[in-house]
Amino acid sequence: MRVYRWLLHLYPAAFRADYADEMVAIVRMRLGEVSRPARIVVWIAVIVEVIVNAPSVHWDMLKQDLRYTFRSLLRSRGFAATVILVIALGVGANTAAFSVADFVLLRPLAFPDPDSLVRICEGPRTGGGWGCNNQLSPANYRDLKAMSRSFAALGAFASDAVNLVGGGEPRRIAVTPVTPEVMPLLGVSPLLGRVFVPGAGDANAAVISYGLWQSQFAGNAAILGNTINLNGLPYTVIGVMPAQFSFPIRDVQLWTLLTFREQDLANRNNSYIEAVGRLQPGVTFEQARAELVTLADQLAREYPDTNEDTGVSFFRMRDNMSPRFRLMLLSLVGASVSLLLLTCANLANLLLARAAARKREMAVRAALGAAKHRLARQLATEHVVLALVGGAVGVVLAMLVVPLFSTLVPPTLPIAARPELDWRVLALAGMFTCLTALGLGLWPTLRDAGFSALREGARAGGGQKQRIRAVLVTVEVTISVLLLITSGLLIRAVWRVQSVPPGFVAEHAITLRTALSRPEYASPLRRTEYFRRVLGEVRRLPGVQAAGFTSGLPVVVTGLVTGVEIAGQDARSQRNNAVSHRWITPQYFQAMGIQLRRGRDVEDRDTRDAAWVAVVSQSFVDRYWPGEEPIGKTLRHRGQLRTVVGVVGDVRVRGLERTSEPQLYLPAEQIPDGFPANFDPKDLVVRHSGQDEALVAAVRKIVRSVDPNQPISDVRTLQDILAGETATRSAQLQVLAVLATVAVLLAAIGIYGLLAYTVSQRAQEIGVRLALGAKPATVGRMIFGDGMRLALLGIVPGVLAAYAAGRAMNALLFGIAPSDPPTFVVAVGVTLLITFLGSLIPALRAVRVSPMSVLRAE
Amino acid sequence: VFPSNYVHNGYTRAVNKDAESLLPLPAATFHILVALTGEDRHGYAILKEVSAQTDGSVKLSAATLYRSIERMLEQGLIREVTPRAPRNSEDERRRYYRITALGRAAAMAEARRLTRLLVLARASGLA
Repeated sequence: MRVYRWLLHLYPAAFRADYADEMVAIVRMRLGEVSRPARIVVWIAVIVEVIVNAPSVHWDMLKQDLRYTFRSLLRSRGFAATVILVIALGVGANTAAFSVADFVLLRPLAFPDPDSLVRICEGPRTGGGWGCNNQLSPANYRDLKAMSRSFAALGAFASDAVNLVGGGEPRRIAVTPVTPEVMPLLGVSPLLGRVFVPGAGDANAAVISYGLWQSQFAGNAAILGNTINLNGLPYTVIGVMPAQFSFPIRDVQLWTLLTFREQDLANRNNSYIEAVGRLQPGVTFEQARAELVTLADQLAREYPDTNEDTGVSFFRMRDNMSPRFRLMLLSLVGASVSLLLLTCANLANLLLARAAARKREMAVRAALGAAKHRLARQLATEHVVLALVGGAVGVVLAMLVVPLFSTLVPPTLPIAARPELDWRVLALAGMFTCLTALGLGLWPTLRDAGFSALREGARAGGGQKQRIRAVLVTVEVTISVLLLITSGLLIRAVWRVQSVPPGFVAEHAITLRTALSRPEYASPLRRTEYFRRVLGEVRRLPGVQAAGFTSGLPVVVTGLVTGVEIAGQDARSQRNNAVSHRWITPQYFQAMGIQLRRGRDVEDRDTRDAAWVAVVSQSFVDRYWPGEEPIGKTLRHRGQLRTVVGVVGDVRVRGLERTSEPQLYLPAEQIPDGFPANFDPKDLVVRHSGQDEALVAAVRKIVRSVDPNQPISDVRTLQDILAGETATRSAQLQVLAVLATVAVLLAAIGIYGLLAYTVSQRAQEIGVRLALGAKPATVGRMIFGDGMRLALLGIVPGVLAAYAAGRAMNALLFGIAPSDPPTFVVAVGVTLLITFLGSLIPALRAVRVSPMSVLRAE
Repeated sequence: VFPSNYVHNGYTRAVNKDAESLLPLPAATFHILVALTGEDRHGYAILKEVSAQTDGSVKLSAATLYRSIERMLEQGLIREVTPRAPRNSEDERRRYYRITALGRAAAMAEARRLTRLLVLARASGLA
C-alpha cells in the first residue's frame, strides 16, 4: 500500500489531498476481493492505471487554470501588458547581448581543437600591444620554425589582393598565400579536390572558398582543373574549401602557395608574413611563449643590426581582436545584466503589488473552500503564462536586434560577420525570468496572504512588504543611474572622436579602387599612361573639381610604413624612425582636401627624367627639421635622394583614435623599378559637386574604356569611410542608450506604482488627516517627499557604481574622465526629473482625496 | 493602480449551463450519474453500483472514478454532501456525492441521444 501511496504523488497535490485516502481504500478492498495469486494482476492493472490517469488529471487542471488565467489577465490588462513588456525587455536585451558576446568571445573557432591554434608575429621586445604587431620576415620565420620545439606544425601566410578575370565581372579579391603546412595544421579538409602539397608543383595552383565557388563559378562541380586568371597569370583550381572555413579572416576568398626565394630570405627587415601554428600536445600556451621569447633573444644577439628591438607577439588565434572590442562587448553584457536585475526588481514590485491587491480575493476563495494547493497552482499557472508570453516576445525582440550587432564582431577573427541568436543563452534568460515570476509571484502570496485574511477587510499591505518594495525601487533607481551615466560617458567619447579633425575634407568626395595587376602593368610607362588617361577624362566630367590616385587611402590603408634617412641624422633603428608613405598623382591633395601649407603639390612635370622630389607633412618637418625651412632639404628613401618641394597638413592615417606616423608623399611616376605592386597608386579620389551615383557610373565607364579587364572595387564616399571609424562605437552606444532609457522608464514606473499604491492604501489615513484639518499641501508634500527620498537613496550608490564602471572602461572613453562632471550632472538630473514626474501624479491624487467619501466607505 | 477591492466568485461554472453542451458524456461519467440517481453514494459504493447495474461488465478503476468525479464536480454535474446518518466510523470519513439538477438533465440528454442512435441503428438493421 505504501507503494501505491507513493505512486499517487504523480497526481496534482490538490487532487491527492482530496482523494488519496479513498483511492487507497478502494484498492485495498479490491485486493481483498481476489485470491492471493490474482493480486499480482490487480497490482499491475492499478499501477498502469495510475500512470496513465495522472497526466490526464494534470491536463484537466491545467485547462481549467488556463481558462481562469485568461479571464483574470483579461480583467487586468494593464498589469498583464506591463509584466509581459518588462519580461520581454529583460529576456530580449540579455539574449541579444549574451549571444553576441558568446559568439565573439567564447565560442570555439570552426577548426578542430581550436584552442591549440596560435599565431606568431614580430613585436616589441618589451611585449605589449595586441594581435599581430609587426609582420615577420621570412628569415626570422625560418629560424623560429627550425629552432622551436613547442609546435606540432608551423606554417606561414601573407596577404594579398588580386584581380580575378574570368567567370563573371572582373573582380578584386582578397588572397592569402599560404605555405603547404597551413591548411593541414588547421585541420579542415577541402570540400572538393585537395590542398597544397610540398613538391607537387603547386606554384600556379589555387584553392578557392565556397563563397567564391558559388558566386563566380555557380557552384560548378567540374571547377577542379579549370584555369582562372589572377593578375594576368593562369592558375589551376585544385580545391574548394567548405562553406564554414575561413582563414585568416572571413573576407579571404582564395589561397595560393607561398614560397620563399633566396632574395626573400636575405633581409631580416623584409617582413611581410605571419605564422600560424598548432601547439604540440602537452605544451601550454605559456610554455610556447617562453620558448619563443628565448629564441627572439637569441636572434637579437646573432643579428643585432636588424633584430635588436625585435621580439615576438604570440597569441591564440581566438584572441586576435582589439581589446576595445572585448571591452565594448563586456560593457554591453554588464549593461544587460544590470537591466536583467532591474527587470527582476520591477517584476517583483509589480507582483508584490498585485499579490497585495488580490489578498482579499484569495481570502474569499479560501473561505469558500478552495484548497490552498489549488490556489497556489492557479497562481503559478498565471505567472508561468505571463513569463512564457513575455519570454516569447523577448525572443522576437532578440531576433530583431542580434543582426544589428554585426558591427560589434571584430573583422580580425575567422568567424561569420553576423552573430546568430544563441539558443542556450535564450533558454537561460527565459528560465531566469520564469523563476523570478514564479518565485516572487508565489512566495508572498503563500507566505503572508495565508488565504485567511478575510478579517482584515479592505485594508491590506503590511509595513514590511512596503519596505521590500521601497528597497526594490531604490535598486531600480541605482541601476538606471548607472546605465545613464555610463552611456552618457560613451556618448561624450563618440562626440570627441567624431570631432577629431581627420586632416582631410570628407564631404563631396567619392573614392574607388582600380588596382593594376602586375605583369600587364609592370612597366612604369604603362601605369603612367593609365593614370593620365583615366584622370584626364575624369577631370573633364561636369562638376568634378579634382581627381587623383594614391597608393592607399588614409584610415583604410593604415600601413605602408617605411624608413627614411636624413642627412646628418642617425639612421639606426629604422623602425622607430618610421614614416607613412604614399605614391600619389597630381591633384591628390586637392581631391582629398588636404591643406598645402608650403611649396607645391606633386605635378605632371615630376617624371622619371626630372629631379626626384617629395612632399612631407607638417609633423614630418617637426620631427626632422624643427624650426628650419623644409623646402629644399633632402632625404633618402630606398636609396633615392629626393628634394622636399612641399609641406602639407597632417592626416590621421591610422584612424581617428590612434596616433599616426609623419607622412611622406612621392610622385607616382618616380617609383623605382622592381617595387612591389602594392605600392602602386590604386585608390582614386574624386572631389565633385554633383550626384555621387551619377559620377560613379561615369567613372566606371571611363575605366572600362581605358582597360576593359580592370576591376573596380571599394566604391564609397570619404564620408562613409569616416563614419566607419565610429560605427562600432555608435552601434554599442545605441544599444546602451536603449538599455538606459528602458531602465529609467522602468524605475519611473516602479516609483509611480509604489507611490500610487501607497496612496490608495493610505486613502483612509489621508482622509482622516484632511478631516482633522491637515492642509492638502502638507499631505501632497508627504507623498512627494517619499518619492524623492527613494530617488536620492538610489542615486548615491548609482553614482558610485557608475564611477567604478567608468574607470573599468577607461580605454573606451577616449580621454573623457570617468568622473566627467557634465555627464554626471545630466544623468542625475534626468533621474530626478523622471522620479519627480513619477511621484507627481500620486501626490496630486493624495491631495484630492475627499475625506467624506473615504470615511463613508468605512 | 491595481483594483484592490473587487471580489469574485471563484471558478465554478455557472450552474445554469446548458446540459446539451456537455454531450456526448464520457461513458464513465454517464455510469456514475446513473449510479447516483437513486441515492447519495461514496466512491466505493459508486464502483459497486456500476458493477452491479452492468452485471460486472463495467469495472471502473479508482483512478478513472476520481478523475471523473473531480471533473464532474467542476462541471457542476454532482456535488459533495455530508451523509445524514453515517452507518459506521469509516463511512463517516468518506466523501459522499449527490447528483445535481444539471447532472440529472445531462444524464437525461445523454439517454435521449443514445436512444436516437439506437433507433437509427435498428432502422438500418444493425440491432
